[in-house]
Amino acid sequence: MHDFAYLRPRSTGEAVQLLVEHQPGARYFAGGTTLFDLMKLGVEAPATVIDITRIEGLARIDASERTELRIGALAAMSDVAEHAVVLREFPALSQSLWKAASQQLRNMATVGGNLLQRTRCAYFRGGPEFACNKRVPGSGCAAIGGANRGHAVLGGSEACVAIYPGDMAIALAAFDAVIDTVSPRGERTVAVRELHREPGATPHLETVLAADELIVRIRIPRGPVGRASTYHKIRDRESYAFALASAAVAVHIRDNRVADARIALGGVATRPWRATEAERSLVGMPLTRAAARRAAELAFAGAKPLEHNAFKVALGIETVTDALMLAKDRS
Amino acid sequence: MNDTPTLRAADGKPALSRRTFMMTTAAGAGVAAACGAVAATPEAPANPHAGSQATRVTVNGKPYELALEPRASLLDVLREQLGLTGAKKGCDHGQCGACTVHVDGRRVASCLTLAVKTDGCAVTTIEGIESPDGTLHPMQQSFIDHDALQCGYCTPGQVMAAIACVREGHATSDAQIREYMSGNICRCGAYAGILEAIREAAPQMRRSEGARHA
Repeated sequence: MHDFAYLRPRSTGEAVQLLVEHQPGARYFAGGTTLFDLMKLGVEAPATVIDITRIEGLARIDASERTELRIGALAAMSDVAEHAVVLREFPALSQSLWKAASQQLRNMATVGGNLLQRTRCAYFRGGPEFACNKRVPGSGCAAIGGANRGHAVLGGSEACVAIYPGDMAIALAAFDAVIDTVSPRGERTVAVRELHREPGATPHLETVLAADELIVRIRIPRGPVGRASTYHKIRDRESYAFALASAAVAVHIRDNRVADARIALGGVATRPWRATEAERSLVGMPLTRAAARRAAELAFAGAKPLEHNAFKVALGIETVTDALMLAKDRS
Repeated sequence: MNDTPTLRAADGKPALSRRTFMMTTAAGAGVAAACGAVAATPEAPANPHAGSQATRVTVNGKPYELALEPRASLLDVLREQLGLTGAKKGCDHGQCGACTVHVDGRRVASCLTLAVKTDGCAVTTIEGIESPDGTLHPMQQSFIDHDALQCGYCTPGQVMAAIACVREGHATSDAQIREYMSGNICRCGAYAGILEAIREAAPQMRRSEGARHA
C-alpha cells in the first residue's frame, strides 16, 4: 500500500485547517473501516490522513433537548445502536445499526463516517482492470452489461448503477435527520435526504459535501413518528451482509388512520431513497396490508431493472409491505 | 538491516518474536537453540513497518514504545513486529474476523485498524487472556471442551470475539450469540460447537467477572 502522512488534530478547527493546508490529497479519517479498506485495494490513495478520532467531545450522544436527539459524528455505530433513547424513540435507527456489518466493525466505525460509506460495487472495488466512472471518471461502467445482480433499480444512470450500501442513512432519511458540518467557510446544516447525489453523469461526486467539510453531528427530530418504526433488511444470509432490499419505515397512527408515514429504501437505489408518493398514499387511510402493498408498489413504480436484478423489484415491494405492517404493530 | 529502528519493550529488552526465533533456529542455530540458548545475540528482525510515528501502546499488559509507519495495520505490527502471531490474517479487509483483538476492551478488526491509532491504548490479543499461572481463559477451555474448531485458523479471533460478546451482554440467547458472532467466519463450519462453547462459558465468565453491562 502507498505511504501517507498521518496527522492527529485535537479540535475540529485544527482538523479543518490541516486538511486545507494539505490539499490536494488530504482526507479526514475516523474508524477507517471504509477508507483503510479502499486504500488497501488501491481505490483510495490519500497523501495525508487526518485522524479525527481524538477530537474532544465529538462522540457524545445528547438527548437533553426535547425537540431533537444529537449524535456526535464520532459516536461508534455500536454505541448508538444500544443507546436507551435511540432504542425507545427510534427503533428503526437502532436496527439499521446493529443489522449492519459486524460488532468488530461497529465498534470502530463512526456514524459520521458511516454516512459516507462508499459503494460495494465489485467493479468499483476491483481496480484498474474494470471500467468504473465512479473510480475513474469517463472510463465507463462495467456493471451495466456485466454482473449486476446487486445493483440499483432506482436512481441509476447510464454512467453508474452502484448501490449506496449503508443502512443507517436510510433510517436517518426516514426520520428527516440533518447533519451539521464545519469547513473553512463556517458551519452549515444539510438534510440527510439531500446529502447524497444521484450519479447522473458524475458518479464520482457522491455527496454535496466539499472535500474540506467535516461532519460534526447528526440531529434527529423527536416526535411520535419515530417510535412505531422498523428497519427491515433482506439479505443473502441472515446476518453480516449488505441489503438486497431494505426499508426504514415509520408510521404515526391516530384514530385508526395514518397521520404520518415515512418510507425510505436501501439496497435498491444509488442513494438513500425516500418514497414520498408511497407515503402520501397512506395518509388518512387505515393501514391494512392491501394499503401497505399498494404503497410499496408505488415506491417501486419508477424502477428500472437491469439484466440480473429484476428480482429486487418484487423483493423490494414485499420488504416495504412487511415493514409497514411491522411498524404498525409497534404503534 | 542492522539499522532497523529498535523494537523494544519499554523495559528495554529486545522483543524476540516466535517467528524470529523460528527463523533463527532454522538458519543454523541448531536444535540446541530451542532449549533457550538463542538469547545470545538475536539479530534485529527486518521490520517492514518501522517509521517515524511514535506510538506508545500497551499490549497484553506490557508497554511498548514503537516508531511506526502510518500505513501499518495493527495486525501486521502485532504479528510481524511484536511476534504475536495469534491474531490471524484471513481476508485483511475486515470481513472474516480472524484478526479480532480488543482495543481498550472493545473487539475490533485489527487488520482495518491503523496501528498508529492505538497510541495510548491497551491492546489485548489471544496471547494475553490466560491466567498468569497458565490456566486457560474459560472461553478457551470451553472451545476445547466443545470441539469448537477443526483447523483452528479462525479460533483466536473467535475466542476474542466470544469473550467480548459475553462482556457486551450479547450472549443471552442462542439467536443473540449467532447474531453477535456473525463477524467471525469459520470455513470448517464449527459453528455448532462455537455456539455451545459460548453458551457454556458465558455464565462462568459472568460469575468470575460480574455483569459489566446492565
